[in-house]
Amino acid sequence: MEGYNFAYLDEQTKRMIRRAILKAVAVPGHQVPFGSREMPLPYGWGTGGIQVTASILGADDTLKVIDQGADDTTNAVSIRRFFARTAGVRTTTHTAEATVIQTRHRVPETPLRQDQIIVYQVPQPEPLSRLEPSRVQTRIMHALGEYGLMHVKLYEDFARYGQVSISYDYPVMVNGRHLMAPSPIPAFDNPKLDRMPALQLFGAGREKRIYAVPPFTSVRSLDFDDHPFHAIRAPHACGLCGATDSYLDEVVADDRGRRLFVCSDTDHCAMRREAGHVGADSLPEAAE
Amino acid sequence: MIAEVVAPGALLSARSLALHFGRIAALRDVDMDIWPGEVLAIVGESGSGKTTLLNVLSGTLSPDCGSVACRNAGGVVANVHSMPAPALRALHRSEWGFVQQDPRRNLRMNVSAGGNVGERLMAQGARHYGNIRAEAARWLETVEIDPSRIDDLPRTFSGGMLQRLQIARTLVTRPSLVFMDEPTGGLDVSVQARLLDLIRSLVARLHIAVVLVTHDIAVARLLADRIIVMQDGSVIETGLTDRVLDDAHHPYTQLLVSSVLTA
Amino acid sequence: MSTVALRAEALCKDFVLHLQGGLRIPVLSEIGLSVHAGECVALAGPSGAGKSTLMRSLYGNYRTDAGRILVRHRDEMVDIAAADPRTVIAVRRETLGYVSQFLRAVPRVAARDVVAEVLIARSAAESEARGRASELLLRLNIPPRLHGLPPATFSGGEQQRVNLARGFIGGHPILLLDEPTASLDTANASVVAEMILEAKARSTAIVGIFHDLDIRDRVADRLFHVSPIQEAA
Repeated sequence: MEGYNFAYLDEQTKRMIRRAILKAVAVPGHQVPFGSREMPLPYGWGTGGIQVTASILGADDTLKVIDQGADDTTNAVSIRRFFARTAGVRTTTHTAEATVIQTRHRVPETPLRQDQIIVYQVPQPEPLSRLEPSRVQTRIMHALGEYGLMHVKLYEDFARYGQVSISYDYPVMVNGRHLMAPSPIPAFDNPKLDRMPALQLFGAGREKRIYAVPPFTSVRSLDFDDHPFHAIRAPHACGLCGATDSYLDEVVADDRGRRLFVCSDTDHCAMRREAGHVGADSLPEAAE
Repeated sequence: MIAEVVAPGALLSARSLALHFGRIAALRDVDMDIWPGEVLAIVGESGSGKTTLLNVLSGTLSPDCGSVACRNAGGVVANVHSMPAPALRALHRSEWGFVQQDPRRNLRMNVSAGGNVGERLMAQGARHYGNIRAEAARWLETVEIDPSRIDDLPRTFSGGMLQRLQIARTLVTRPSLVFMDEPTGGLDVSVQARLLDLIRSLVARLHIAVVLVTHDIAVARLLADRIIVMQDGSVIETGLTDRVLDDAHHPYTQLLVSSVLTA
Repeated sequence: MSTVALRAEALCKDFVLHLQGGLRIPVLSEIGLSVHAGECVALAGPSGAGKSTLMRSLYGNYRTDAGRILVRHRDEMVDIAAADPRTVIAVRRETLGYVSQFLRAVPRVAARDVVAEVLIARSAAESEARGRASELLLRLNIPPRLHGLPPATFSGGEQQRVNLARGFIGGHPILLLDEPTASLDTANASVVAEMILEAKARSTAIVGIFHDLDIRDRVADRLFHVSPIQEAA
C-alpha cells in the first residue's frame, strides 16, 4: 500500500515492540512497558493487540481476527481489512488455517498448534487493579511475588457468595511465579491457556503493557485446595450445531424475545455444521 | 557500621543507635536487647524518641549510626537494615508482628474479619479455604471476638474490637517478637483494661517477646518485665520494671513516676 | 546445721530525692543478715527505720548502693544486687517470694486467677492451678462466691488475704512477708501464722515484718534489729 510501511508501523517501532515481546516471553506473565503508538483507532478498540500483530506479521502469514469469538462482527472485520490493506497478508476465518490469530475476549475452540501465535487484546493488564489502586504497590507485589491479596479476594467471594464471583478475566498464575490477567476471556477458556502449544501474546495499548505466555507454560487459575477451579458454561447445547462443550452466546432471535444459544466461536460452529452436526434450532439455510 | 551481633540467646540487639531528623536528635546512642518471652516497655513523653526507636528496631526506619541485628527461629543472625527487602517483609509476615496504635492502619477495612485474620496465612501459601476459615475463627475466639462475626466487615466493629482484630491478625502466624505502639491509646478505660489483660495472657501463653512503646506508666507496670525510660532521644534509665518505677534513680524518672495520676 | 538460704552482706542504700533538690536520705548502712532454711527472722525496729526498705532490697525491688544479696537459687548463690533483670525474674519465679503490704492486682482478673497465675507461669495445667488457688483462698476464709470476682471491690482484709494466697501458693523456698497480718482479724491472722509454720516445716526461709507481737512470737525464731540512721526530725 502506497505511503505506509508494511503492516502500518515503522520498522523502529516494530523493533521496540519486538524487544518488549522478547522480554515478555523471557519472563512469562510479567508486564513489560512499551511505547504505545498512536493508531488509527482510539484506545479501547484493540490498539495493543493491533500493535503486537503488526510487529510480528510477515508476508507469508495468514491472519484470523475474531471479536467475542466471531469473525463477522464489525471490529473483527475492520481489523482484518486493516491488515489486508497495510500488509497484504492472506486472511482467513478458519482457525486451523491461520498462523496469527488476533482475538478480543475469547480463545478459539479448536486447539492451537505450535506453529501458531495468538494475540489477545487487553483492556487492563494489572490483575490486582481492583484490589490495590496504587501501581507502585502492585509493582512491588509482583516483584516480590506477594499475592496474598488476590487470595483474600477469593476467600471473600467464598465467604460472601459460596463461590468465586469472577466470571471473566479470571486471574491465573503463570509458570508458578507471576499473577496474570488473561484478558476478559470467560473463565471457561482459562484451561485452554495451560500448556498451550502456541505462543500467547497480550497487548494493552492504553495501559502500554505487553506480556506473554511461551508455548507449553503452566497457567493455573487461582483456587483453593478444597474448592478447585472448574470451567462454567451455560448448560445448553448450541442451537445451530448441537455442540455441548463449546462456549455459548445467548441470542435474541426475534421480536417476540425468543432466545437461542449458539456457539460463540463462529468458525467452530460452521465447521461442525459442515460436518453434518445439527442443532435443535437450526435456522433455514438463508440465501448468503 | 554493619554489625551482626546479637546478645547470646536474644532475639534482637541494637547497639549505638543514632538518628537525626534535620537538626533534631531523635535517637542518641541507644542500646537495647530483647530476649524470647519477655516484655520490654519503652516509656517516655512525646518527643522522647520512643516511637522512633520502635521504628528503627523493626526496620521501618534506618538509623544514621549503629546497628540492629536479629536472630531468627533457625538461629541465623542478620542485620535488620542491610537484609534484602523481601527478607524483611517476609520476617514481618511470619516471625515478627507489629501492632499499631490505630488498628485501621493495619487492617483491610473492606475485607471481612476472617479475611483479615487469614491474610497472613494465605500470604504464606495456605490454600485450603476450610482450614483458613477454621484457623481465623479460632483466633477470633482467642481475642474474645464472637466467631460468628467472622464474615462481618471491620467497619461494623468498635474501637476495642478493631484493636483485638489487629492483634488476631498479627498473632495468627505465631510470631516470636511483636512490636506494639501504644496498643491501648485512644481506647475507653474499661476497654483498655480488657485489652491489657488479653495482651498479658496471650504473651504469657504463647511465649511472645514484646517491645511495647507507651507513654502510660501504668501500662508498663502491668505488662512489662523490663523498662527503658527515654528522654530527648537518650535512654536515661533501664532495668527491672518494678525496680525502676519504685526506686527511680534518675531525676527525670522520678518526675515521670510522681506525675502519674492515681485513681 | 541447715543451709543458708539468704545472706545479705554490707548493704548500703541512700534515697536521693531529686524533686526535693537532691535531698539525700541514708536508710541502710552496712546491713548484714543471714537466714537459714526453715528459719523465720523477724525484722524489728521503730517505724521508718528501714525495715520495708531492707525487705524490698532483698527482693530486688529497691537497688542498693553497695553490698551483696546472695540467694540460694538452684543450688547456687545468686547475687540479686548485681544480677541482670532476667535473672532476678527467674529467681523470683522459682525461689524468692514476696508478699507486700497491699495487693496490687491487674484490673478485671478474678481473685482465683490472680493466685493461680503463679503456678501457670511455671507451666502448670490451668485447671489444676485454679483448683489449688481456690483451696488456698478457702483456707484464708475467702468465700467461693468471691473467687471469680476481681479483688478491686474487696475489703482491705480480703484483698490482703488474696495477696497472701498469691504469696504462699508457689511454695517458694524463701519468703519475704511485709506485715502479713496487718489488716486481718484474729482468726485469719491465726490461719496465716499456721501457714507460716507449715512453710517453715517445709524448710522455707522466711524474713518477716510483724507488727502483731503475738504472731511474731509464734512464728519468729529470732529478731533482727534495724536501727534508723537518722533520728526522726
